[in-house]
Amino acid sequence: MSDHDSAAPMLRTPLYDLHVSLGARMVPFAGYEMPVQYPDGILKEHNHTRSQAGLFDVSHMGQVMLVGPDAAAALETLVPVDIVDLPVGMQRYALFLNERGGVMDDLMVANFGDGRLFVVVNAACKEQDIAHMQQHLSGRCKVEVLADRALLALQGPAAGAVMTRLAPETARMVFMNTATVTLVGAECYISRSGYTGEDGFEISVPADKAEALAKELLSHPEVAPIGLGARDSLRLEAGLCLYGHDLDQNTSPVESSLLWALSKVRRADGARPGGYPGAAVVFEHIAQGVARKRVGLRPNARVPVREGAELVDADGRKVGVVTSGSFGPTLEAPVAMGYVESALAKPGTQLAAMVRGKPVPVEVASTPFVPQRYHRG
Amino acid sequence: MSNVPSTLKYTKSHEWIRVEDDGTLTIGVTDHAQEALGDIVFLELPEAGRALSAGEACAVIESVKAASDIYAPVAGEVIANNQDAIDAPESVNADAYSAWLFKLAPANAADVAALMDAAAYEAEIAQA
Repeated sequence: MSDHDSAAPMLRTPLYDLHVSLGARMVPFAGYEMPVQYPDGILKEHNHTRSQAGLFDVSHMGQVMLVGPDAAAALETLVPVDIVDLPVGMQRYALFLNERGGVMDDLMVANFGDGRLFVVVNAACKEQDIAHMQQHLSGRCKVEVLADRALLALQGPAAGAVMTRLAPETARMVFMNTATVTLVGAECYISRSGYTGEDGFEISVPADKAEALAKELLSHPEVAPIGLGARDSLRLEAGLCLYGHDLDQNTSPVESSLLWALSKVRRADGARPGGYPGAAVVFEHIAQGVARKRVGLRPNARVPVREGAELVDADGRKVGVVTSGSFGPTLEAPVAMGYVESALAKPGTQLAAMVRGKPVPVEVASTPFVPQRYHRG
Repeated sequence: MSNVPSTLKYTKSHEWIRVEDDGTLTIGVTDHAQEALGDIVFLELPEAGRALSAGEACAVIESVKAASDIYAPVAGEVIANNQDAIDAPESVNADAYSAWLFKLAPANAADVAALMDAAAYEAEIAQA
């Protein structure tokens, strides 16, 4: 129970007191004390999010505004994604790549118009990412770290109805739309997106209004607070990557099965090819293929198959490794993802995962494991 | 506050032990342990006939988040495991003292007498 392996003092989000008052179990995560679960527990919290709406504190994530007429072109020098043509009011998934084509972090970029790009990065990577942007972009645009904003996520089939009560104009938003709206008297940046596979919103709110907004959202009968434990099982069922586990500095976007995120115009035969770190490696991986790929895995047994488990073929030869694995409450079965030799990446391929020295049969499966239910209008 | 029945024996690793009339032991995990583990989704329990040494990791209890070992409180031979608990792991969360995990014939009765009583276990978990 003592996970404090760092001497550095733990940081707290503006919702720390609220979490404690709601009975959360707080754990260290990416340098913050975060709620892993509330008294209901992970299974109920997971199922509540799938059936109604869950409120998540993701204020530990990094929020940055890139400002200036050249911001989009500048950001394109760091990501293999079309930012220049990202419409105003739209958000897009992107990746920071290193010189070897490895993934430094995954992020969301939203075009707020007037030369303003709103960027959200992972908590564990934010210092690196901010330094990366300051080093490479500050000559072309302003890199403003929004340290005084909290980030909430409202996720689930009732999220749209709840948000419409607070801000009727959000009813028009579809998946990946963004808007600036006033909630609890504060200017909030909203995107219709999330990390659960459900419809929902991420809401950037001034830190001093975060608790008021969280309490307002929790006052709606459909909304319950949800911890990081259920956030992980929800995103895994939705087939979404967790940086540092399913993606890292040594996995390229092609190996990570994130080819869909590489905009056509930034590929070798596109209108604005390359021009970002690792482009040569990415082009080679697209053209030549890769030796290993990220896949979904369904254990054909009740035992959870977890991160680090070796994957073997019928002859017992090591062919890959599990990078995320847990019990999927919606599936009522274990789910996992991992990397396997590309020849074995086809859904339906039978492999085994080694769990405590014993082979557990697993089948390569397409993701998402649970259908995504984004609001596409 | 966790439920710690006074009629049972305990270990520092959060197993409970009920000494049956015939001297055999019925073993589970404590209410404190199930609370700390959270939602339990899988149990791997030792088979009847397996010889265990004291403190041996002999079973696995998995919550949504993680797998944890369960240890033999004393040396002995496994008599039975609880198939009902294997089939419904959540029963350990519902009532940790009804959902026993396995039964053990202890090698030495004296080992059993040396296990913690409820007061000692309560003091143990109060420190943690």
